[in-house]
Amino acid sequence: MTIQPSSQTGNTTTTATLLGTYLLRLGDDNLILAQRLGEYISRAPDLEEDLAVANIALDHIGVAQHLYTYTGEVEDDGRSEDDFAFLRSEREFTNALLVEQPHDGFGDLITRQFFFDAYQLELWTALAQSADERLAGIASKAVKEARYHLRHSSSWMIRLGDGTEESHQRIQRSVNDLWRFTGELFDGDSVDRDLSNAGVGVDPGTLRPAWERTVTEVLAEATLERPDDPYQASGGRHGVHGEHLGHLLAEMQWMQRTFPDLTW
Amino acid sequence: MASAIDELLAAVVDPEIPVLTIADLGVLRGASVDEHGVVTVTITPTYSGCPAMGVIEEDIVSTLEAGGYDQIVVRTTFSPAWTSDWMSEEAKRRLNEYGIAPPQQVGSTPEPVLCPQCAAPETRLVAEFGSTACKALMVCSSCAEPFDHFKAI
Repeated sequence: MTIQPSSQTGNTTTTATLLGTYLLRLGDDNLILAQRLGEYISRAPDLEEDLAVANIALDHIGVAQHLYTYTGEVEDDGRSEDDFAFLRSEREFTNALLVEQPHDGFGDLITRQFFFDAYQLELWTALAQSADERLAGIASKAVKEARYHLRHSSSWMIRLGDGTEESHQRIQRSVNDLWRFTGELFDGDSVDRDLSNAGVGVDPGTLRPAWERTVTEVLAEATLERPDDPYQASGGRHGVHGEHLGHLLAEMQWMQRTFPDLTW
Repeated sequence: MASAIDELLAAVVDPEIPVLTIADLGVLRGASVDEHGVVTVTITPTYSGCPAMGVIEEDIVSTLEAGGYDQIVVRTTFSPAWTSDWMSEEAKRRLNEYGIAPPQQVGSTPEPVLCPQCAAPETRLVAEFGSTACKALMVCSSCAEPFDHFKAI
């Protein structure tokens, strides 16, 4: 048996085209977050929240699916949405580090979601104007969902932050812990810049002011402090992840890896 | 030719809400047949992750096959993005009769959602996410019945 390792140096790319690389990043963010959300179903504070977590995860899976399908068409190498989801290794995933972060409790889950929702609302709003019609279509659908998700996660931030002393302390800790993964969402590289110049993508740096406004506003209403941590982690966009992603993939991909080409 | 196809497709219902057809919902965007007899049906999802889309696709194919067509292509479009405003007044009435409070106009001043059981306006939101992605869970303070509300998006 020959083992073919993917690149060990990071910067692994499994895509031949610029657009494919871009779509895959967007897709990976949504799939990995959906998997994290899925882990929490049956553990939420109440049954209604279990349904909410499941519904939000489903929206993200749907978005990932549409993006992967499109990636496969752009790359034109015969790969399906399932190949992208189940047959890539850790270094080949290009999601932002924020979405792969594990949760130690509901506060982590909702904070991670809140930071990400506020980002995706701006992202999809911008991409709905993309010169790429297919991407614009996916974005104009996803923006409606992102708005709904953000309303939900914001209300929890406020409820927990402006709640009991215990809930306040715990959600503040989640905010502090996850803050260092927010900067990466806005780190553009040449892929973003080239596609932004072509009117297809968006330079994520331009989304930051609106994100800051939303986050500052909600944290203030939640009586939470906005962290001021200068250290920001990055690497996800180039396949350099923390230890958590491997564990997540092991669970998510187990079935396809064990029984290749298994279908229901 | 197209109208015969439209007639057949009028029988395809949403698997989650069988009182509404996919045409009622606005999920069905169009159907055409080319000179080789290939029928192309275009649909759009209500939500990105709507799990009913696969079933809807199968139902379209089997319905048209039963109607004598054998070359069928179902394509999905995202643009323009689906909105609950595409639902007809007649469809909203049937939805209400079925026990699901219909969506209000997107962007309109929010009015009280009327209970589909007793029509009382004293209702409140229990959860923003309900049994499916397109519905929220509400409860009537007057008759105490819980009910689904089709979200306006």
